[in-house]
Amino acid sequence: MKVNTDNSATLVAPPLKEGDEFVAQPLKEKQESIFSLAKYLVVGTLFGIIFIKAEIISWFRIQEMFRLDSFHMYGVIGSAIAVGAISIFIIKRFNIKTLTGEQVKIAPKVFNQGQIYGGLTFGLGWALTGACPGPLFAQIGSGFLAVIVTLFSAIAGTWVYGALRTKLPH
Amino acid sequence: MNIIELIRQPWPWYVAGPLIGLTVPTLLLLGNKSFGVSSSLRHICAACMPANISFFNYNWKKEGWNLMFVLGILVGGFLATQFMANPNEIVIAQDTQNDLAALGITNFAGLMPVELFSVENIFSMKGLIFLVFGGFLVGFGTRYAGGCTSGHAIMGLSNLQIPSLIATICFMIGGFAGTHLLLPWLMSFV
Repeated sequence: MKVNTDNSATLVAPPLKEGDEFVAQPLKEKQESIFSLAKYLVVGTLFGIIFIKAEIISWFRIQEMFRLDSFHMYGVIGSAIAVGAISIFIIKRFNIKTLTGEQVKIAPKVFNQGQIYGGLTFGLGWALTGACPGPLFAQIGSGFLAVIVTLFSAIAGTWVYGALRTKLPH
Repeated sequence: MNIIELIRQPWPWYVAGPLIGLTVPTLLLLGNKSFGVSSSLRHICAACMPANISFFNYNWKKEGWNLMFVLGILVGGFLATQFMANPNEIVIAQDTQNDLAALGITNFAGLMPVELFSVENIFSMKGLIFLVFGGFLVGFGTRYAGGCTSGHAIMGLSNLQIPSLIATICFMIGGFAGTHLLLPWLMSFV
């Protein structure tokens, strides 16, 4: 914070330091430093490891899921939701704050018809590729380089959606 | 069985699922981040080719955490495959094997069918259908729906969001239709 000659104060972005209470000040346009972003790289890495080890990235497992020949994927998704829901409940109940002392805020999802049309479309793609976006990255890391084509196509799909968005039913 | 061998075995759903579920509070507590993956596709578009489209006209740099996250998924995929791989073949349900064999897929070694997803197939009809068309549907559909399995099914349902329930139900309907109707039809072209 900078005190001006007329004794007013201007909020100036302080140098980012983890654990520093001033970092918690609501500067909307604050960009996280590379060190701060590294923790998301770590979480993502653990996530990718789980994906591979639990065979979630397997096209065959997704086929099993949609053929109702295995409980595995339902177990994964179901227990993930259960743990996620309990965690959010605990966070809200005990008012647990973020690492930098902020109030935890989750933006609600707003309904639009996109969830229906887009959801069905994604489901078709999920059955064909055996992957939702997360597993695509893990598959590439795992050595299935052909999936790079899938990822590029997915990015193209997103781009086309963005281009056509105003003409699509929502 | 020692700990190394234990880790190399495929992880059961009751280990993987809860760990994935823990990503929700982890991301929230690390920085108020809402768990989701398909948004990364949007950020990549915004960063590389916004082309004056309003959907890509936002401060994507603020969502840099998400790009780091998906990069991490890639790294994790690499590490797990290199150092923690299952030495044994993947075990797939016999019924699924039978169904897939009827469609022309007979090689069940590995996590993905090499008959469809090998690099050699990229410029073939298989590549066009399973990589390009399939990938396109995933990218288009997830952004149209505003989320994927991570963002809607896991994060959204954890936060008791009805739109996420609708999205997830539609994901599943699409998936069943894709498997039982679309897949056999497309396999007749390859």
